[in-house]
Amino acid sequence: MKRITGILVIVWLLIALCGIFKISPAIGADKNIILATTTSTQDSGLLDVLIPVFEKKTGYFVKTISVGSGQAMAMGQKGEADVLLVHSPDAEKKLVADGYGVNRWLVMHNDFIVVGPPADPAKVKGMKDTVEVFKKIASTKNLFMSRGDNSGTHAKEKAIWKVAGVNYEREKWYQQTGLGMGQTLNVASEKNAYTLADRGTYLALKKRLGLDILAEGDAVLLNIYHVIEVNPAKFSKVNAGGAKAFADFMVSKESQGIIKTFGIDKFGSPLFFPDAGKQVEELGR
Amino acid sequence: MELIFEGIKKAFWLLVTIDPEVMGITLLSLKVSGIATLISLVIGISSGTAIALSGFPGKKIVVSLINTGMGLPPVVVGLFVTIFLWRSGPLGFLGILYTPAAMITAQTVIATPIVMGITVAAMQQLPKKLRLQILALGATRLQMVWVLIKEARLLLLAAVMAGFGGVISEIGASIMVGGNIKGYTRVLTTATVMETSKGNFDIAIALGIILLALAYFVNLILTHVQQRERPR
Repeated sequence: MKRITGILVIVWLLIALCGIFKISPAIGADKNIILATTTSTQDSGLLDVLIPVFEKKTGYFVKTISVGSGQAMAMGQKGEADVLLVHSPDAEKKLVADGYGVNRWLVMHNDFIVVGPPADPAKVKGMKDTVEVFKKIASTKNLFMSRGDNSGTHAKEKAIWKVAGVNYEREKWYQQTGLGMGQTLNVASEKNAYTLADRGTYLALKKRLGLDILAEGDAVLLNIYHVIEVNPAKFSKVNAGGAKAFADFMVSKESQGIIKTFGIDKFGSPLFFPDAGKQVEELGR
Repeated sequence: MELIFEGIKKAFWLLVTIDPEVMGITLLSLKVSGIATLISLVIGISSGTAIALSGFPGKKIVVSLINTGMGLPPVVVGLFVTIFLWRSGPLGFLGILYTPAAMITAQTVIATPIVMGITVAAMQQLPKKLRLQILALGATRLQMVWVLIKEARLLLLAAVMAGFGGVISEIGASIMVGGNIKGYTRVLTTATVMETSKGNFDIAIALGIILLALAYFVNLILTHVQQRERPR
């Protein structure tokens, strides 16, 4: 009995010790980059393709923290991230104006879509103007699921409600999940609700959802991604070299080429459109 | 229903083909939670024994605090560990946020009160006269403590299982301080959540099954050790 216990304990200790040595990476701190980004870039699988290419090329190690755009920018504002890849343009401009971010570059775009139950009780299908679609959902009091998590998608949704002049606070037909896009789509599908989604996540989940695309193609629905370096002048611990290398990589020909074809094999159409070097005003034309 | 079968099939497939990514995730879960449990055992058993065997004013308050700590919510632990480890935080100079070391730290904080609480209960359950008897036989204080720990071993092994079970199944702290980084801090629980939100329910179910199997296997070994000797 004693011997067996002893052996087991020793084996466990050995495994644990090996673990400690193996776990601590032999990479210097200046080779680590913290990338704060949105769930959509990770959930779509795009970063799983791009980051290994970047790491191989530059020798940096990227720690991808995927959260909502709001939280990602909050991390940048505290100097807890080195570089951001986000899709909430108005908040981004403010971040740069306040001096927390520098070198904001356009990387890519895709679009948002309004999805809802195939029966479409609010009769919004085929309407071109997204603001009108939102107004109609509100006036017919059909259930609408909001992300409610300060993500880029949530920011876009709030902006559209604002233009529509609809006050949704405390309305019974307006509910917030506080979850990521995938989870919110699942909830909307279960509850026969309308919601605003990014096309990439919707396409990835489509086969298990009872939701159809009901409105798309409006210029308001553009979903634009920028890369921003966190200002090293404000935070001494920020890895400025690594951040710049990553930003440069995201707008490089190589990564733009990967973005262009990503998703075609799986979904039949690309999930993102590369836009490096373009102006925001040119998009969606 | 069909989805669950698909998941089981997938789990079986991932295990049989020794999928390198899944293996890496599984090993990391085992390592992080194993090391955290080990550290919590050292801290929890030693201080738990000390508290149980000594009398001091405010002991009841201390014990009740430990017992509350047994139900420490992982997300709260994760939040505080994150704030401490931030670059701008008091322990920021360590630079270990979003590393396995940070996950071990958080899980140790979760497991230690569990081990400590069960240790205190186990030690207090031993008859008081036993201590006097051992000392009367000429044992030193240290020897007495050792004999008492051996006496309480059945319950202490239960403490190991409870501590390990608590941290291997925990997600809130792991995802906050680890960041779910692919090939680096991604463990079974965080991977399950991610695959669910990606809509890969079959892989999520498979990961869940692997997690259950792993927890069962570890507890099987511990139970085996515990039950070798019949309690008197």
